[in-house]
Amino acid sequence: MKKNKSIDWKNYDPNDFFDELIAAKGKPRPAATAITDYLGNLGSEEIQARQQAAELAILEMGISFTIYSEGENIDRAWPFDIIPRVISLREWETIEQGLAQRLTALNMFINDIYNDQNIVKDKVIPKYVFANSKNFREQCRGFTPPLGVWAHICGSDLVRDKDGTVYVLEDNLRVPSGVSYMLENRQLTKRVFPELFDNTNILPLDDYTNQLFDMLASISPRPQDHPKIAVLTPGIFNSAYFEHSFLAQRMGAELVEGADLVVGEDDCVYMRTVEGLERVDVIYRRIDDDFLDPEEFRADSTLGVPGLMRAWRNGKVGLANAPGAGVADDKVIYAFVPDMIRYYLDEEPIIPNVPTWMCVNKQDQEYVLEHLDELVVKPANESGGYGMLVGPHSTKKQRAEFARLIKKNPRNYIAQPTLSLSVAPTLCDEGLAPRHLDLRPFVLQGVRTYVTAGGLTRVAMGKGSLVVNSSQGGGSKDTWIVDEEN
Amino acid sequence: MLSRVAERLYWMARYLERAENNARMIMAFNSLALDMPRETQLSWKGLVAVTGMGALFDQHHQKADERNCVKFLVADGYNSSSIASCIKAARENVRTTRDQVPTDAWEVINELYRYILEHVDQGVGKRARYEFLNEIVGRCQMLNGLLAGCMSHDAGYDFIRVGRNLERADMATRQIEVGALQFLDGWDGTETYGGLLWTSVLRYQSAFQMYRHNVRRKVSGPLVIRFLLQNEPFPRSVLHSLSEVAGALGRLPRNEIPLRTALQAVRHTREGDVDALIRKEDVILFLEKLQLEIGELHDDIAETWFPVYETA
Repeated sequence: MKKNKSIDWKNYDPNDFFDELIAAKGKPRPAATAITDYLGNLGSEEIQARQQAAELAILEMGISFTIYSEGENIDRAWPFDIIPRVISLREWETIEQGLAQRLTALNMFINDIYNDQNIVKDKVIPKYVFANSKNFREQCRGFTPPLGVWAHICGSDLVRDKDGTVYVLEDNLRVPSGVSYMLENRQLTKRVFPELFDNTNILPLDDYTNQLFDMLASISPRPQDHPKIAVLTPGIFNSAYFEHSFLAQRMGAELVEGADLVVGEDDCVYMRTVEGLERVDVIYRRIDDDFLDPEEFRADSTLGVPGLMRAWRNGKVGLANAPGAGVADDKVIYAFVPDMIRYYLDEEPIIPNVPTWMCVNKQDQEYVLEHLDELVVKPANESGGYGMLVGPHSTKKQRAEFARLIKKNPRNYIAQPTLSLSVAPTLCDEGLAPRHLDLRPFVLQGVRTYVTAGGLTRVAMGKGSLVVNSSQGGGSKDTWIVDEEN
Repeated sequence: MLSRVAERLYWMARYLERAENNARMIMAFNSLALDMPRETQLSWKGLVAVTGMGALFDQHHQKADERNCVKFLVADGYNSSSIASCIKAARENVRTTRDQVPTDAWEVINELYRYILEHVDQGVGKRARYEFLNEIVGRCQMLNGLLAGCMSHDAGYDFIRVGRNLERADMATRQIEVGALQFLDGWDGTETYGGLLWTSVLRYQSAFQMYRHNVRRKVSGPLVIRFLLQNEPFPRSVLHSLSEVAGALGRLPRNEIPLRTALQAVRHTREGDVDALIRKEDVILFLEKLQLEIGELHDDIAETWFPVYETA
């Protein structure tokens, strides 16, 4: 192996970007020294062999995601880069607190606006902000779910700018996905680099599904030892079906589709089993509000369960996330999260927001229209990176189109500066190269709050690309929270 | 357990068993074909007939030669009973019940699926056919072993057991029937190749060795039929398979109707007097009746436990 060229860290150059593993050319960050030293001693053939082993394992384990393309659903192998992204425990502890703080405030906000709307009365947030939100559900007014928690599961996207500051880019409070890939990425790394786990203190992730189970059990309407928990999936053609099935399996929950459930005259939810009807206590639903209950939302939905909202409002079933929680998933509301934290918790936000211009404000809109070539423009309610304008990479035609869209529906657009997303060394066709990435940690809130140790790191695989979504060619990495002091 | 899950586990087991049976059958016939002198016209079409897909075959092929028949049985996507289609369907059923099936089992079926995608040409071609088919049988066996050894033997497993054994019984009756039809000349084993032909029918179910152990007489049509139908200890006989079905059904809730049908089929199989059915026509009539009962049993199972699909 000696004669093979090994990875040459000295010539790896992250340019001007913040690199997650390397402080400066030839100088790894303290938490990352174990991995960089180790990789430096492996020949490039050996590293390629491990990448191939990981890819084979992905096929064998059937880790996949589904994309819809040319009228067909295609099951794609999960894209994974073997070189982990490393964060020091000391830094992580602050992020963890910040995420818990954020979700606590968001839940207080959702409960407030569906009830007394004190935050509006106290003039912290103008009413139009949520009154026009696509995800505000009139059906939820005047209701408080158990524990006052609406968003039980949150996936917040974090990015790091050039100077090393970590920002929250968005909060996913509807049906955030990716946690199964976070867990599988760790399994893969354990298979590929077992040696590294012996002498590095990497925080474990495996507890997530236990925590998820406990959280779901805590919102059961029948306080007993064995609540019946179901994961409600739109079905095999959903892009996250793999995850739905994975989570059901790890929790020992039933994986159900809408047609498997029925709401009885007693307003309880039952599933159709070989023994007849069996009551369900808690549903972890992975279906959007719109499709949840054809009696109250879209009448043409065949994915949902007629009467489910009635069952939920009457306290006969727990729903996570609660219907209507997506109201805070809106990118205009996002801009107010720091104010919410100050208002509800009387604390300063621990993790900052990315500065955001709201096109609905006249002044902001003017600025945005003048600076379209520098800014990232996002629709308020989309996810998955769709319908975005990335100013510096846009054509004149695209900018004109967005100017038109913004003027037509200003409430639906926000703009943010184009951040210089941080990079990490990634195996590419050209060898080891810096690639941009983000991080999606997952936060659970029930009786208590739990934050995953790290999260899902998504990587834009193309040179200079900022698009990390797996549906658009993004990759992923294992994320290590390393305790370098022990 | 969800009705939908029960249905998918049942079909997973049926498809796996069908794939395995097809593989065994082609291997046995293949070996027979190599033994027979060139001038005897062995019909590969008989194998297609066993799977009940003769009409579909005729729609796609003019010539029932070895290549067309084997390709139809092994690889063709339009044939829902080809090995490739069965494994694909079995995998799809596991993929949608992954929360119920041990992870190892999912990985085995997933790898099997990938193996077929890559190697299906070997199964069609002559040179590596045995290797390919043997691999299929081996992996199916591994999967059955994993399910038997690592999955709780609760209702879900009983549906797997029902599916597997019902498929096995169904397939065995068809093989006996086609054997009886095809090997008219070797009916009593006195013709030159009669013994060989009936031996291959035994081999379809990997039954030759066990037949030798138990029967200790020459290989002849009636004896082979009796063994494959009624030998209770042999796990691939019709009687054994149907008894397994009845046993599994007996443990399931709300089982009155399917259980009654299953026990009736067991009784008819046991009481069928093959010596009295020495006339070939009678044997075939008997087997066809048994197949109808097997079909009825499937319908009863579906009506009792599987979800009702509303037609839109």
